[in-house]
Amino acid sequence: MTTEPLAAPIRLSRRRFAGGDRAFHGLVIVSAAVVVVALAATAIFLVRESWPALRHYGFWSFLGSSRWAPSEAVATRVDPNPYGIVQFVYGSVIVSAIAMVVAVPISIAVALFITDIGPRAARRWLASLVDLLAAIPSVVYGFWGIFAFIPAFKPIGDWLERTLGSVPGVDVVFKGPFFGVSYLVAGLVLAIMVIPIVTALCREVFLQAPRAEKEGAYALGATRWEVLSTIVVARSWSGIFGASVLGFGRAIGETIAVTMVIGNNVLSINWSILSQGSTMPTVIANEFTESVEPFHLEALFVVAMWLLIITFIVNVIGRAVVARAARNVR
Amino acid sequence: MAAQPVPLGGRTGGRLRRRKATDLVFTAILGIVVLVVVALLLWILFYVAKQGLKLFSWGFLTETPPAFPGDKGGGFANGIVGSGIIVGLATVISVPIGLLAAIYLAEYGRGRAAYSIRFLTDVMTGIPTIVLGAFVYSLIVIRWGFSAYAGAVALALLMLPLIIRSSEEMLHLVPAELREASLALGVGKARTTVSIVLPAALSGIITGVMLAVARALGETAPLLLTALGNDLFMETNPSHRMSALSLQIFNNAITGFKESQERAWAGALTLVGIALLLTILARLLGRRRIQMMSG
Repeated sequence: MTTEPLAAPIRLSRRRFAGGDRAFHGLVIVSAAVVVVALAATAIFLVRESWPALRHYGFWSFLGSSRWAPSEAVATRVDPNPYGIVQFVYGSVIVSAIAMVVAVPISIAVALFITDIGPRAARRWLASLVDLLAAIPSVVYGFWGIFAFIPAFKPIGDWLERTLGSVPGVDVVFKGPFFGVSYLVAGLVLAIMVIPIVTALCREVFLQAPRAEKEGAYALGATRWEVLSTIVVARSWSGIFGASVLGFGRAIGETIAVTMVIGNNVLSINWSILSQGSTMPTVIANEFTESVEPFHLEALFVVAMWLLIITFIVNVIGRAVVARAARNVR
Repeated sequence: MAAQPVPLGGRTGGRLRRRKATDLVFTAILGIVVLVVVALLLWILFYVAKQGLKLFSWGFLTETPPAFPGDKGGGFANGIVGSGIIVGLATVISVPIGLLAAIYLAEYGRGRAAYSIRFLTDVMTGIPTIVLGAFVYSLIVIRWGFSAYAGAVALALLMLPLIIRSSEEMLHLVPAELREASLALGVGKARTTVSIVLPAALSGIITGVMLAVARALGETAPLLLTALGNDLFMETNPSHRMSALSLQIFNNAITGFKESQERAWAGALTLVGIALLLTILARLLGRRRIQMMSG
């Protein structure tokens, strides 16, 4: 009975603790849900804003044309749809594909050098240097692209036009005239921008290669190259694939650097990588705040919606592959 | 010389030599590729420095642009202040939410729900920033007009997943014994997390936040659709349209005026300088933390 007065405050404080715990638990759950809500809201708002255009012209009609001519839009006319977006999808895909073809082999090489080859003291520095490429802002890449990269690359582009541009079969891809700003230059600038991303992901994958197998191979007299190619890289293909998919997703969404070096032709589809074009993000950036024609802004939201759909799918695939690869290696 | 392997006959010796030659060739190729990448980085940095230093001065940091874009001189003070305000607001929005979400993932989340949120957070880092800008346009700008607040929300959406994932990793690095000791003393889970786990991971979390800030500072595309820019005068009211350093670089770079482009280069040098400084500081801070935890 003498403990009675003591028991009360203890019980009280425990209840207060439990209450605080519950409140905090609720708070962290709500915060974590913000990401889910933001993603869902992004999708909902983009569909809502593009709805008038989708209803007016028909959902698929935007993918049925490669002519984007807002000045021809008449509010009452439904056909033809003046807001064809196929050329933007083509531009996004071709520019990102060029970027990946260049960046993935380079990234694999750099990642291997950092994880297995370079002098131990230099590895950390090299990794930081490559990471610095990711710290340079997009607008600076574009600016540098116009004034430093294009003049340096112009002779190579002219040479490609002169040689491959007249070979039957591939001439469609390398047809001139080449003015500097082009899909090819945009792809190459993008390649530099995604190298640090793909390299960092590849490094993680390579580091997980089984140590025992590597040491065993060395003990059997394998050269370093044999160990790297038969064990490290051979075990990492799915991880490399995942890293490439994520890099591809990043390249597709890149806006400012690309818009500065691609030429921004929206009127038609140009198959040649030496010609000027547009990508899905660049047309949004260029016309968004100047859209005055009927359904113009709504059509730009249609582009944004498709861009969200494409990048969402690409990223889901890339993340899933990377996660599975990490689990399999271990 | 003593450790030379003895060739077991001409054929094997030739094969060994060929294997060693292949090894050497590939090592050399990888080394050259690394040199090319480093050279590219240096090319970009030196080119920006060379062009930017022509105009960069104290006046560039403290003056606004001239009324006519073809005039010489002037600076990007309004853009620098604007970037500070917009990114500052974005940090204020994204850090608390990001930190709490990271605490959920690291300390509370179990099973499917946590896995899904972690996965979606990763996916969100890959959503193009221009799409986030379009979203914020439809969410805020349509009703209230272009503003620094809208720009801040767009940048916060970009920073959020970065902060969540880096903070979560740092929280995972805190030894479980610390939590157990605290819980064993009768301290509640919330209190343990806030006053034991969080301080232990703090410098790592700050590293992640600094990297996210550096990333947000360089963003241009979402701001085009939200903060819009204002090249004429110093604007400090966040409910008005506002300039940012990145926007000013973009707008001045694509005009035909040489004088504008000179300002844009000095702006690019400023932006690259700030971004690199933040990135390097963050890495040094992160490295010290790793040494402390392992040593």
